[in-house]
Amino acid sequence: MTDLAYVSPRAGSRSTGQRLGRIALRWLLYLVLTLFALWFLMPLFVMLTTSLKSLDEIRTGSLIALPREVTFEPWLTAWGSACTGIQCEGLKPYLLNSLLIAIPGVALSTALGAINGYVFAQWRFRGANLLFSLLLFGCFIPFQVVLLPMARMLGLMGLAGTIPGLILVHTVYGIGFTTLFFRNYYVTIPQELVRAAKIDGAGFFRIFWSIFLPLSLPIVVVTVIWQFTQIWNDFLFGVSFSQAGTQPVTVALNNIVNSTTGVKAYNVDMAAAILAALPTLLVYVVAGKYFIRGLTAGSVKG
Amino acid sequence: MTKWLETQVPKLVLAPSFVAILVFVYGFIGWTAWVSLTRSKLMPRYDFDGFGQYAKLFSTPRWDTAITNLGIYGVLFIAISMALGLLLAILLDQQIRVEGAIRTIYLYPMALSMIVTGTAWKWILNPGLGLEAMVRGWGFEDFTFNWLVDPNMAIYTIVLAGVWQAAGFVMALFLAGLRSVDGEIIKAAQVDGIPHWRIYTAIIIPSMAPVFLSAFIVLAHLAIKSFDLVIALTGGGPGYATDLPATYMYAMAFSRGNLGQAASSAMVMMAVVFAIVVPYLYSELRAKND
Repeated sequence: MTDLAYVSPRAGSRSTGQRLGRIALRWLLYLVLTLFALWFLMPLFVMLTTSLKSLDEIRTGSLIALPREVTFEPWLTAWGSACTGIQCEGLKPYLLNSLLIAIPGVALSTALGAINGYVFAQWRFRGANLLFSLLLFGCFIPFQVVLLPMARMLGLMGLAGTIPGLILVHTVYGIGFTTLFFRNYYVTIPQELVRAAKIDGAGFFRIFWSIFLPLSLPIVVVTVIWQFTQIWNDFLFGVSFSQAGTQPVTVALNNIVNSTTGVKAYNVDMAAAILAALPTLLVYVVAGKYFIRGLTAGSVKG
Repeated sequence: MTKWLETQVPKLVLAPSFVAILVFVYGFIGWTAWVSLTRSKLMPRYDFDGFGQYAKLFSTPRWDTAITNLGIYGVLFIAISMALGLLLAILLDQQIRVEGAIRTIYLYPMALSMIVTGTAWKWILNPGLGLEAMVRGWGFEDFTFNWLVDPNMAIYTIVLAGVWQAAGFVMALFLAGLRSVDGEIIKAAQVDGIPHWRIYTAIIIPSMAPVFLSAFIVLAHLAIKSFDLVIALTGGGPGYATDLPATYMYAMAFSRGNLGQAASSAMVMMAVVFAIVVPYLYSELRAKND
């Protein structure tokens, strides 16, 4: 859709009054857009300023006031010594946990999604449609319905409360989306290409490796970003299947905020919240285009 | 033999994922369904007991609250996010010079964890030092805004934070939809002198029906699964005034040790999700095969 705003029939015969009205409308439009931008930015702004204030200043000052005296103390506390219950090591070990969960989880689910998507797109067999539908439905289940048996299964496998257990959970429930992403990308590659390669004697893996994989960079980026955001931001699995030393950062953040010991340190809470949000925010700022593509691909199926 | 093996390679490659899905999705759903039909308490029991757990569930006031809250939250969250998303998309579609930057600002909440969103809004909405205190500090001494601690209003704070997080995403969906409308039709309408707003209401928006549908599905899905946001923002409180089915299920499973109730509430959640998603997926898959 182009130039809807400017093109108008009989543009030449417009009077000055109409033109002024148009300019006013334009100003109003920008004003409304700016107000919404402020509304979206406000929480981030408040988090940031609160995290740089001392508790005294928080108690006496206004919510949206800039810090009179900038202090980085809350950040240091959030990083290294805030209490998540009885332990007081800050967010640092939990950020590491989240990384240790996210990196293998993203790698595994992306790799499986790529090879599955390749099969569904290019090596269709009888029953493939049914399999794909079954996989797709798996994306939509509310995870509450698998929570109890998963806890038991992890126990049986000796993975209860461990990081490998969480990696397994995230990989299994990530496959549906990653397969969908890759399948939808690979169906756009002409089948003649595969046929020609087969005639030349190339097999299943060779075609994947030397034809499909080199073409896959954009969809790999989309999938990695999608999965990383999902796993990093996960709370339900983290809180259900972790224990004291293996909690991901979202769980630790929630514990810091809701820990009842001592004085409520709002500035530390806010610093911790920003720390927990930083990796995904960074990904969003650096690769927003791919982030949005993943979001829309994940919602507009097929 | 090797020839046969070669033709089976694609299936063999799929096998691990398929087995995993079969066990971890369908097997697990089966397990939960079965347990929801037993008298399981702290430990699962496998002797069939009929629909007693469901009867108990629907006679529990706390579940009643959770379902009512899901209704309030779901309807408002979906309606406001869609309305706001559409409005923002249309506003941004007017040849805005800094469109990219504005889009980035509107959409960034979607990159945040619900726990972060909840933490931020919990701080902003806390009556003692947050918005309420700020407005009072401006001289409006009687100003009250204590939804967060008011059992009747707390659920609306969840709507507020949820909309804040999702509106930009809906905007992105609608914007993509607006841009994919056939430009020729719009040009023709402009040549005919049809007013700007009529072009939207009569041509563009009606042709975006599929986008509305997918936005609705995604939002409904988000609403039913909402768990983190409630935990971080209100913890289900005050009391259990902001409980949702997801938090009810979690409480039964992990703090009350009532597996039967946890399983039956999870099954009800799944039924609600499937009632919305299955017809949609079915039509999508069929449309693709035709």
